[in-house]
Amino acid sequence: MSTRTLLRVRRPGRLAAEAAALVIAAAVAFPLYWMVLSAFKPAGEIQSTEARPWTLAPSLDSFRRVFEQQDFGRYFLNSLTVAGTVVIASALIAFLAATAVTRFRFRFRTTLLIMFLVAQMVPVEALTIPLFFLMRDFGQLNTLGSLILPHLAFSLPFAIWMLRGFVKAVPEALEEAAYIDGASRTRFLWQILFPLVFPGLVATSVFSFISTWNDFLFAKSFIISDTSQSTLPMALLVFFKPDENDWGGIMAASTVMTIPVLVFFVLVQRRLVSGLGGAVKD
Amino acid sequence: MTANTTAYKAPETTGAGGTPARPPRRRGSPLRRTGWTPWLYLLPALVTLGGLLVYPIYQLGLISFLEYTQAQVSGGEPTTFVGFGNYADLFGDSQFWQVLLATVVFAATCVLATLFVGCALAVLLTRVRALPRLVLMMAALGAWATPAITGSTVWVFLFDPDFGPVNKVLGLGDFSWTYGRYSAFALVLLEVLWCSFPFVMVTVYAGIRAIPTEVLEAASLDGASQWRIWRSVMAPMLRPILIVVTIQSIIWDFKVFTQIYVMTNGGGIAGQNLVLNVYAYQKAFASSQYSLGSAIGVVMLVILLAVTLVYLRLVRRQGEEL
Repeated sequence: MSTRTLLRVRRPGRLAAEAAALVIAAAVAFPLYWMVLSAFKPAGEIQSTEARPWTLAPSLDSFRRVFEQQDFGRYFLNSLTVAGTVVIASALIAFLAATAVTRFRFRFRTTLLIMFLVAQMVPVEALTIPLFFLMRDFGQLNTLGSLILPHLAFSLPFAIWMLRGFVKAVPEALEEAAYIDGASRTRFLWQILFPLVFPGLVATSVFSFISTWNDFLFAKSFIISDTSQSTLPMALLVFFKPDENDWGGIMAASTVMTIPVLVFFVLVQRRLVSGLGGAVKD
Repeated sequence: MTANTTAYKAPETTGAGGTPARPPRRRGSPLRRTGWTPWLYLLPALVTLGGLLVYPIYQLGLISFLEYTQAQVSGGEPTTFVGFGNYADLFGDSQFWQVLLATVVFAATCVLATLFVGCALAVLLTRVRALPRLVLMMAALGAWATPAITGSTVWVFLFDPDFGPVNKVLGLGDFSWTYGRYSAFALVLLEVLWCSFPFVMVTVYAGIRAIPTEVLEAASLDGASQWRIWRSVMAPMLRPILIVVTIQSIIWDFKVFTQIYVMTNGGGIAGQNLVLNVYAYQKAFASSQYSLGSAIGVVMLVILLAVTLVYLRLVRRQGEEL
């Protein structure tokens, strides 16, 4: 819509569209706003039946309850360890695998690709039962390993698919030139291909980070008795009480849990949108 | 979470007749002297997937054919093979059919709502200037990034009969959304829609941006309405993307777990809000009927596999090279 005439004709429509966009944005952002607001409200205002969309006396009481909760810092660290390990390990493993399926031709290549695609469809939750017994048999119940390993496995197929496009985009001429200059295959892989594919790795890691950080089911099923190995969702559930929910605590804990993901998203936002767009475009 | 956004990359080398043609092999290129190298690169991935995905699937199938309850888990009784006994129990249970129906209807509604909202907002994004676009994009990314569990708690709080603002604004008094079956499902649906439309919006928007401007300009110069442009120009050109987001939405919404579990407190009053995933979990971990839970898991796997096969057919018909 670059021509001036077009713009002029469409102006009233565009203003309406922009107003609609802003209203929708406000509605979409409202739950997050309400979460943060409620986390800062003093106890009296939260439990008041006159819910007001502002507070005149912000307080940190709810956050204090969250952080003073036994082992909260530990839960946070556990969540970070699990998500961080999965992100790094899956990026490296997926990079190798994506290179194999895009830069080499070998038997069963297509079969493998279809298997990776099918693997993405497997309902993770349905596998909780066998994974529970597997972790028990290997003595991994109540350890962070029981969360890291399954998440690694479940984030790999998608990561491989996503990286495939990025690896493919690196021209083969570059690879040949590297070999002619005497680079070994390993050297090409890590010193040339890896840095070129890095933006793709970032976009991929958003997805593995989020799915791991958000995990609730495995944390609930595999960490059954040793609470020192719990992750953040458990710290949140503490505030749900049978008689009366501590909404201030729940909202403060939710805020604390959401912020790292939001930060992560904002950091990679540009890469993410262009990563998705790039995958769509060519 | 998401999957295969790259799946619909246009074929780079498509031979005649839609069959993917391999690029010509260049002799002497180190690329082609493959040998064991690709398998070496694949090894870590294959070991991880084999041990933690393929083997558990096999185990899931196995357990679904066994009598496997608390007694067997603790070693008190030997495990016995019961063939299709668990499946017979399951299919003979009217609750299973009720849950299956609820799952399908719930997922279908979620998918339709997500696609409609996502596509409509993607088109809206193309019609506004940079600032409103950025604002809406940021709000959507915020919703997308919110963990399912915190999203669920916030939505429950927003709709809380005593302290939530929604009932105040709508004048619903102390109407409890989680008490009735349909209002509880509606509440979960809203939350699922909230956190899943951004993916559709961002992906479809990226797709629209890739359509040559002249095409859209020509359509609007010809006096086509926005709906007409979507229907006759954008949608056909975006077909590959629409297939991906549809399938992806089906897969996600079919296996919603956290939202139902947290918002309806484990499946609602008397299990009125159970979906297959939560049902399997409750059977296995709440009542220790691991074999029944596994049988439900197998049913889910089969359904999702069928969806996947349809997807693969659609993708391959477009001549995509894998």
